[in-house]
Amino acid sequence: MALLKKGNEMLTRKRYTYIGYLYILPWIIGFLVLQLAPLINSFWYSFTNFQLLGDPKFLGLDNYKKIFTNDPTFLQSLKVTSYYVLIAVPLKLSFALLIAIILNQNIKGINFFRTLYYIPSILGGSVAISVLWKYLFMNQGIVNNLLSVVGIPATDWLGDPRYALGTISLVTVWQFGSSMLLFLAGLKQIPVSQYEAARIDGAGRLRIFAQITIPELSPIILFNLIMQMINAFQDFTSAFVITQGGPLKSTYLYGLMLYDQGFKFFKMGYSSALSWILFVIILFFTSLTFRSSESWVHYGDSL
Amino acid sequence: MIKSKKSVSRIISYIFLIVLAYIMVYPLLWMVGASFKSNQEIFGTLGLLPKSPVFGAFGAGWTGTGQYGFSTFLYNTFLMVIPTVLFTVISATLVGYGFARFDFPLKKVLFVTMLATMMLPATVIIIPRYIFFKRLGWLDTYLPFIVPAMLGCFPFFNFMMVQFFRGLPLEIDESGKLDGCNSFVILKDLLLPLCKSAIFSVIVFQFVWTWNDFMNVLIYISSVAKYPVALGLRMTMDISTEFDWNQIMAMSVISILPPVILFFTAQKYFVEGIATTGMKN
Repeated sequence: MALLKKGNEMLTRKRYTYIGYLYILPWIIGFLVLQLAPLINSFWYSFTNFQLLGDPKFLGLDNYKKIFTNDPTFLQSLKVTSYYVLIAVPLKLSFALLIAIILNQNIKGINFFRTLYYIPSILGGSVAISVLWKYLFMNQGIVNNLLSVVGIPATDWLGDPRYALGTISLVTVWQFGSSMLLFLAGLKQIPVSQYEAARIDGAGRLRIFAQITIPELSPIILFNLIMQMINAFQDFTSAFVITQGGPLKSTYLYGLMLYDQGFKFFKMGYSSALSWILFVIILFFTSLTFRSSESWVHYGDSL
Repeated sequence: MIKSKKSVSRIISYIFLIVLAYIMVYPLLWMVGASFKSNQEIFGTLGLLPKSPVFGAFGAGWTGTGQYGFSTFLYNTFLMVIPTVLFTVISATLVGYGFARFDFPLKKVLFVTMLATMMLPATVIIIPRYIFFKRLGWLDTYLPFIVPAMLGCFPFFNFMMVQFFRGLPLEIDESGKLDGCNSFVILKDLLLPLCKSAIFSVIVFQFVWTWNDFMNVLIYISSVAKYPVALGLRMTMDISTEFDWNQIMAMSVISILPPVILFFTAQKYFVEGIATTGMKN
């Protein structure tokens, strides 16, 4: 019987519809020309002194050697970027999860709140918001004015290296709405019967959260975590517009360094090497997250 | 007893949600208010509403001080964003249909490759792409935005359409085949009308992303005459003095209006679209 089934499967599988290639053709071309070729090229450039004009000269590992042994900016930027990812991503996601859970308890006007919380996500990356942030947090800005009402002395949010990165991270956390929508969609899929069964067993809120909500949501948590991490490692606009990487390079995110090396100093080879290091870092953390997910991500029986 | 405990926690939830909503939109309301305030009033007071509204900021910002005003920047942005969005919708629909409805050799490998490119950091390929486009003579044009959209280089949208097509019953295709329709007619006449929510999601996302894009326009667009709002706004901010605050706020408000209006118009479909695609991975 099983054999028969397998045979049938093979029979139907053989009926290929080659016209499918025609439909995915745009992507195949795009992938080869605008993704794969650039990926290979940037790997090659990273071993050269390519400078936009003139032919690239092969340098071997010189770029990488210089980055790791003789480039204090690299270390500073790496440090700043790690802090940024470590602050912004977990804060954003835990906020998104918390609000999604609150919104999921049959709240009236859920559409209203969902829309309001989502608005920053469609604006956050824009220059307009960066400009606004600059005005909100400058010395005579509205945040300091508000704080002075409750008697907190004015703080130099953007000019003090201790606070600048945190202020920039707030722009990211402010955009928790997109992750929240995904969590909310996931929460809606958890069968109510599961909660009821747990409640009958006398489980408290925290236990329900830890034993039902988190495991059931874990695939979405994983997806959000990975995508947000990849994005955060490359963030650019707010740090570039609000603080230009300063003060004292305290907000000099990796994206800013890549831009400076590649498009300000036109050191394309060096910048490519930097971008490959970032790529390896992102790959490392992504695969680490995937690896660890085997122990904490729970897929439904249907998968 | 339990009931009252429940309603208390519910009231706390509402208060929390309302306070949070206020904190979240306060900066935006402040921005709108500030664009109607005089420059003396902007940082002098905490109120959101201007005491004596001035409307000059919009006009002054619109014409700008230099050769090109904000109307040019806004026009340029539409010139860049609309074709990009249009071609993204077309390519994502075709690619999504191809992966969802046909079986061909290497399909699995290709599909996994496409998923993997979702995680390919844009910063790794930005330099070779720049050099490639430079050789083609495409710098300072909008082609570096439009052509990748034509060629389905936004795997996220392709994937979204695949997921959506998979959710549509195969019987639709089969009834089309019985009527003698070819695969393209099936897509165009039978499936596409059912794809509204997915297509609106693609439109909203891609519109917002391209509209807000800063790093790419910074790299590719160099002449002020072709600046989109993102670059125009930053230039205005950089050359401005403290006498132009309300103008800059006014222009910021205008620059975020198109994505906001689009979001509210398409909201219903958009939220549905996210919910369906987010769930099936």
